[in-house]
Amino acid sequence: MIKFSNISKYYGKTTALDTVDLDIEGGLTTVLIGQSGCGKSTILRLITGLIKPDTGSVEVSGEKLGPENLKQTRWNMGYVIQEGGLFPHMTAEGNVSIMASYLGWSKEKIRTRIHELCDLTKFPVEALSRYPFQVSGGQSQRVSLMRALMLDPDILLLDEPLGALDPLIRSELQTDLKAIFSELKKTVLIVTHDVGEAGYFGDKIVFLRDGKVIQKGTINDLLERPADKFVTKFINAQRSPVNLTEGGG
Amino acid sequence: MRTFLFILIPLIFVCTGCSDNQSPGNHVIVGSKKFTESVVLAEIVSQLARESGVEDVEHRQDLGGTRVLWSALVRGDIDIYPEYTGTIREEILADRNISSNDELKSILSGYGIEMSSPLGFDNTYAIGMKEELAEKLGINKISDLIDHPELKFGFNNEFMDRNDGWRGLQRAYGLPQKNVTGLDHDLAYLGVESGDIDVMDLYTTDAEIKYHNLRVLEDDLNYFPEYMAVLLYRKDFAVQSPDALNEILTIEGKISAKEMIDMNTDVKIEGKSSAEVASRLLQDKLSIDTNPVKETFLGRLYRNTIQHLFLVLVSLSAAILISIPLGIAAFRYKSIGSAVLGVVGIIQTIPSLALLVFMIPFFGIGTVPAIVALFLYSLLPIVRNTYSGLQDIPNDVRESAEVLGLSSLALLRLIELPLASRSILSGIKTSAVINVGTATLGALIGAGGYGQPILTGIRLDNMGLILEGAVPAAILALVVQGFFDLSERVFIPAGLRSKN
Repeated sequence: MIKFSNISKYYGKTTALDTVDLDIEGGLTTVLIGQSGCGKSTILRLITGLIKPDTGSVEVSGEKLGPENLKQTRWNMGYVIQEGGLFPHMTAEGNVSIMASYLGWSKEKIRTRIHELCDLTKFPVEALSRYPFQVSGGQSQRVSLMRALMLDPDILLLDEPLGALDPLIRSELQTDLKAIFSELKKTVLIVTHDVGEAGYFGDKIVFLRDGKVIQKGTINDLLERPADKFVTKFINAQRSPVNLTEGGG
Repeated sequence: MRTFLFILIPLIFVCTGCSDNQSPGNHVIVGSKKFTESVVLAEIVSQLARESGVEDVEHRQDLGGTRVLWSALVRGDIDIYPEYTGTIREEILADRNISSNDELKSILSGYGIEMSSPLGFDNTYAIGMKEELAEKLGINKISDLIDHPELKFGFNNEFMDRNDGWRGLQRAYGLPQKNVTGLDHDLAYLGVESGDIDVMDLYTTDAEIKYHNLRVLEDDLNYFPEYMAVLLYRKDFAVQSPDALNEILTIEGKISAKEMIDMNTDVKIEGKSSAEVASRLLQDKLSIDTNPVKETFLGRLYRNTIQHLFLVLVSLSAAILISIPLGIAAFRYKSIGSAVLGVVGIIQTIPSLALLVFMIPFFGIGTVPAIVALFLYSLLPIVRNTYSGLQDIPNDVRESAEVLGLSSLALLRLIELPLASRSILSGIKTSAVINVGTATLGALIGAGGYGQPILTGIRLDNMGLILEGAVPAAILALVVQGFFDLSERVFIPAGLRSKN
């Protein structure tokens, strides 16, 4: 579905991605994991066309990404970022429906679709008229997800979508997101640095370090057959309360 | 929709003021400088023109200096104005060596300008000081000043700059004084009275000489040339309105120095209107019964308000129409961005008075150059706020918008401009308030407005008149500010308003 061939990306002297080859399979949820600055967000930004690679090419659904097909390719993607990226001057409904209106959908069709999405994301219909500053962080992310799903795209890109939420809301949204992913069967790509989250969502996990792919596999592959010591160290560094009471660390 | 309103409303303002048709022959524009004598003489000319049957006589009074009047006459923005032979020789045609009046006339003719015979009096420059101080220091003639280098001189700005003014005088007499200030002629009288300055330049027919008890120092080296009052007018005016011109020229040789001083005194000291004084002279000398048009306070206020609003609305609307796209371009194309911001920034640093005068060679005098100058002044705040409003959109919002796959125009219309609207509107507000204030200077180049009573008020030392311009200007600034505060409800999206 998404194919990276020989991609390198530099920010000045910093190497964000170093000759990366990557194949993201359709219909699965793939998680990109690694330290801050390992290049995982850069991958999403390359797919969305926000930045261009310095070497190599990105293919989406078999087509090489370029200026001529960028707009249409973007209509086939939903993008959700950490703080939601909602447009503050529009209501929740305005945010969700912006592209459908732009593409000339009828009011009726837009309304039906929004109600479907409210059901799917468990967002209360009566809150649709609220502005972003009037809804909570968790609700913001639900709106952002509805906006991403509005045109029913094949690809869903989420950049640390739950990173700014408190644990209870986070866990609730994790459950809901997982249900949505398995219902919709879209190609989902999630960036996170949380191993638990990666294991919970990921059919496939891609482990990145210093702009290179270190390992690709399931959570069990990472736990049982780590590609190198750093993978193990990274996984173990994320303490769970159980480890703490056992005096481990 | 909002964006369209943004553009549409100013356009309507621009278009409502586009008609200004004049038919030659039945329209005379008389100019005068911003001192009483010039205004009174121009008033006499206006009344004579009206007497000859011209219906539409316009007197553009209190214009800012010889250069402004001369350029306006040559360009045809005015038809006729009172001038002095000395000024023509020493200032307007300073680069020519003119020996006789005939030669002077032939050079003027080359510009399409004719000169009347002298009106009858000589109003030359003179140097004066308070009688008591002159008596105490024993100063009677200009060369006596050489022994008093401590004296403070205050001269009319034009006198400071003219070839036949202070610099020439200093050279001719070898005057040692260093403390020399340029200031408005009318303020100089107040300065002499209060002792802030000791010596000032005078016109020999100034009413204040007697009123302030000044001693006129003898020009013992005969430095100052003759300043016979004459009328300068355009040749095509003579061709198109021969009757009006003949009627006007009946005043040639009729005004003595004493009569001029009396008229100046009546206006400046007695507070009579220049129209009234001019009318009485015509009655006395030519037995012509004119009915000077007397404007009521409300009539004047209405006229000034319309003129002022017109200047502000047209220049501000044009500035909005140009600045917002400029700001957007500066933001989208960083390479031209700094150039655009730099240029509009530089324009802002030009003193407003200088900018107004720069406009004259291109646009003459009156409403058009004033509007162009005000337009240029209004650019910076709007361009800069548009630019920074777009620049300040948070990165996560900008990227979320970009990834949607909108066209760049739709991105601008749906996301970027609404998010920058608060900043853009506050730039417009700043421009509007500056514009209302700066527009008062438009009167100096004949654009009228609230500056007109202010200028006349300063000339006549009449606080009432000054307030007649200053108070409405201040109120208008508040009203404009209030209007834009209210318009936030229309132009700024609700989601942005409720914050802060």
